[in-house]
Amino acid sequence: MAVTADHNIPNRSPLMAFLSRWLLTTNHKEIGTLYMWLSFVLFFIGGAMAMVIRMELFQPGIQFAEPLLYNQMVTLHGLIMVFGVVMPGFVGLANWQLPMMIGAPDMALPRLNNFSFWILPFAFTLLISTLFMEGGAPNFGWTFYAPLSTTYGPPSTDVFIFGVHLMGISSVLGAINIIVTIFNLRVKGMTLMKMPLFVWTWLITAFLLVMVMPVLAGAVTMVLTDRHFGTSFFAAAGGGDPLLFQHVFWFFGHPEVYILILPGFGIASQIIPTFARKKLFGYHSMVYATASIAILSFVVWGHHMFTTGMPLTAELFVMYATMLIAVPTGVKVFNWVATMWRGSITFETPMLFALGFVILFTIGGFSGLMLALVPADFQYHDTFFVVAHFHYVLYPGAIFGIMSAVYYWLPKWTGNMYDERLGKIHFWTAIIGVNMTFFPMHFLGLAGMPRRIVDYSLQFADFNMVASFGAGMLGLTQVLFLYIVIKTIRGGKKATGRVWEGAEGLEWTLASPAPLHTFETPPKFPTPEEDYPRD
Amino acid sequence: MISITTRFRLHRCLTFFALLGSSNMAFAAEMDMRAGVTDISQRILQLHHYSLAICVVIGLLVFGTMFYSIYAHRRSKHPKPATFHESFRVEVIWTTVPVLILIGLAIPATSALIDIEDNSDADLTVLITGSQWKWHYQYLEADLGYYSNMATPEEQINNFETKGRNYLLEVDRALVLPTDKKVRFLTTADDVIHSWWVPDFAVKQDAIPGYINEAWTRINTPGLYRGQCAELCGKDHAYMPIEVEVLAEEEFDQWIVDQRLAIELASGQAVADRAKTWTMAELIDIGQQVFLDHCATCHEADGSGQGSTYPALAGGEIPNGPMAAHINQVMNGAVDTEMQAWAPQLSDLELASVITYERNAFGNTTADIVQPITIFEAR
Repeated sequence: MAVTADHNIPNRSPLMAFLSRWLLTTNHKEIGTLYMWLSFVLFFIGGAMAMVIRMELFQPGIQFAEPLLYNQMVTLHGLIMVFGVVMPGFVGLANWQLPMMIGAPDMALPRLNNFSFWILPFAFTLLISTLFMEGGAPNFGWTFYAPLSTTYGPPSTDVFIFGVHLMGISSVLGAINIIVTIFNLRVKGMTLMKMPLFVWTWLITAFLLVMVMPVLAGAVTMVLTDRHFGTSFFAAAGGGDPLLFQHVFWFFGHPEVYILILPGFGIASQIIPTFARKKLFGYHSMVYATASIAILSFVVWGHHMFTTGMPLTAELFVMYATMLIAVPTGVKVFNWVATMWRGSITFETPMLFALGFVILFTIGGFSGLMLALVPADFQYHDTFFVVAHFHYVLYPGAIFGIMSAVYYWLPKWTGNMYDERLGKIHFWTAIIGVNMTFFPMHFLGLAGMPRRIVDYSLQFADFNMVASFGAGMLGLTQVLFLYIVIKTIRGGKKATGRVWEGAEGLEWTLASPAPLHTFETPPKFPTPEEDYPRD
Repeated sequence: MISITTRFRLHRCLTFFALLGSSNMAFAAEMDMRAGVTDISQRILQLHHYSLAICVVIGLLVFGTMFYSIYAHRRSKHPKPATFHESFRVEVIWTTVPVLILIGLAIPATSALIDIEDNSDADLTVLITGSQWKWHYQYLEADLGYYSNMATPEEQINNFETKGRNYLLEVDRALVLPTDKKVRFLTTADDVIHSWWVPDFAVKQDAIPGYINEAWTRINTPGLYRGQCAELCGKDHAYMPIEVEVLAEEEFDQWIVDQRLAIELASGQAVADRAKTWTMAELIDIGQQVFLDHCATCHEADGSGQGSTYPALAGGEIPNGPMAAHINQVMNGAVDTEMQAWAPQLSDLELASVITYERNAFGNTTADIVQPITIFEAR
């Protein structure tokens, strides 16, 4: 990435210069880079934990991980992937891209931006350090249901609570920054309904973050006071209510899962038009659909709790509301297909990942619709069917979304084209691996395998073995991804400013690599009749 | 209109699936939801197939269109892109059609759900209590209750022995139920949240401390049905299976009579046990087996424990400390830890022998002997 002279203060050792550059930076591009690398590092740590899980589940019996260790792996894998990989990944993309896409010189609150990043390495160091503590890491699943996490949680639960608080602060500050930037720093002429879809989806995501992260903070605080300060929010013996925890957690948790996917929708909406060489179909309905999904996400948390003894009327309300989400989600998928229809499509790696995203996310959406049906959910709930469902929306959904964005914008960030042949190998191995890992889990769940078990009965052996092989392949191919990214940073075919023939948007009017400071004077936002200026 | 055509399409689709299923039954059984042995479980299976078929049809249409576009509208075949990018009419169509399909899905789901939630007029009630990591069944009408523990030996789990056919799905005492009776389940828990799930009945109900939840079933076919705890409940979540033996009505009634008789006999035996003065060797012999069955999962067979959560008994403070405190700890458990109260679960003889064993094994040398009568008095 470009280093300009003013960041290399003379008479300092190179180490000090390096440290002060990255520790003190307030530049949105550098902070974006930091976020992306944090996400990448944690992707491998969380992935290694997934490998432990899949190794243990390779065969019936206990081979690699004792039950307590297995539960710790399940817990940390979930927490790291959700809070450490997908969220920082999307925030990194937002940092890099939002100012360039709206014609702003930087984020609106650059020092806050630095602060919200630098909280995270400490938060995750704390979280991962719990593995080495007396009593082990948290072992109650990323959902930390009470009383398993309160009365029965290991001592490290308190460290986990502190870590979650830090992550929450970082997310809320980051989200505020994004909202303020989008509302105040758009180039003249870019009205809200002219913003690129990635900007729109991030704006809506940022509102979700600001609204629900404090709820999570409330939940962990109540767990803390139940553990140490004599309260009984979640303890039945003290007049409290274990189910209150689930209501509070999922009031955060359901909007949270849309936080993990909406920016991915935005990415697909940027990439598909570029490679179809055709404008996004139904821009307005895309915006309204995203907003509808976000609003509905606040009234469906009960679908995580159908087996907790909810009354009939509540079950019916939540079921109908959940099914309704299929409508705006469907609109988005139809619009992507209509964008491709009669376009002039090419299949570079970003487009491949975006198409993989659309298809496999839709499969995850289908299983989501099936899970919404309460009677059927009584059979699906807490089985591998659910594991299959949310991995389909998160891996080929959120993660493929991030990967396709990285391939799409990496030439803009580094000035070099990635290796197209390796990119395609990465895509095909990833898509085979992802399906081989997660598709058999549907069958396992339907056949009756509960989730989060360390050991299983013999009829589940075959599909578990297939899933473990798939996971190995999926894990290995991400090492290739790392290699491709490093190779691109170090060199390669020089990218043009436009990079992609069909790309539209202000970021493509800049040179590649984008200089450290861009749009210090606001660019001209073209009217609908005009084209974006070409370099 | 639309829902009728969808129905028709669905019907064909379901036939397709049925054919797929019949061509290889064993294969289908492993991949699909179990049909089960209750009317409700079969209705749920139908609902599952119905919604799956709808998803498959929509998927074929959407992905079919997409792949056609990928094929026909790639640049080499279609170099000049069209310029259209909105159509209000199309947007309205693909918003309203899904709503209609969803209504078609919601109707059967709602009707099934209303029947599932009708807990009235039960013939028989069983209170199911989950605790780490076993189930307790209490027949409310018959004043009969017992614990049900996993029966799979440790050696199979640790790969020292060949795994049996019902590996991890077998228990020492199954729940016994009659056919053709409406059985109501009340679920609750002693410690953390568990979930009682038997796929063949399509009953999955969380067992939550402080709550009593309701569910019911009416089983059509006698047989042996298996399930597992479905909610993460700590270390041995994978090891709390459910086994239900379903008997014809007359056999079930006879079974209840037999169980009552067995309780009478056991209490006679308990009186005899109390009257006897046991030797150290006898108690250690029984105590070792009790320890392996109930205590070793946390404290380990050699008493070495697992970190601070499951303290070591070898050289431990309590087994080497005052006897009264030790008896109290084993009988009543320790507050806010995973050490549970064993008084309701074990007999006087079992408690006496396991405490004697702990005080004289793993290198502990108190030479104390606890007699069943001491336990009886402590109760």
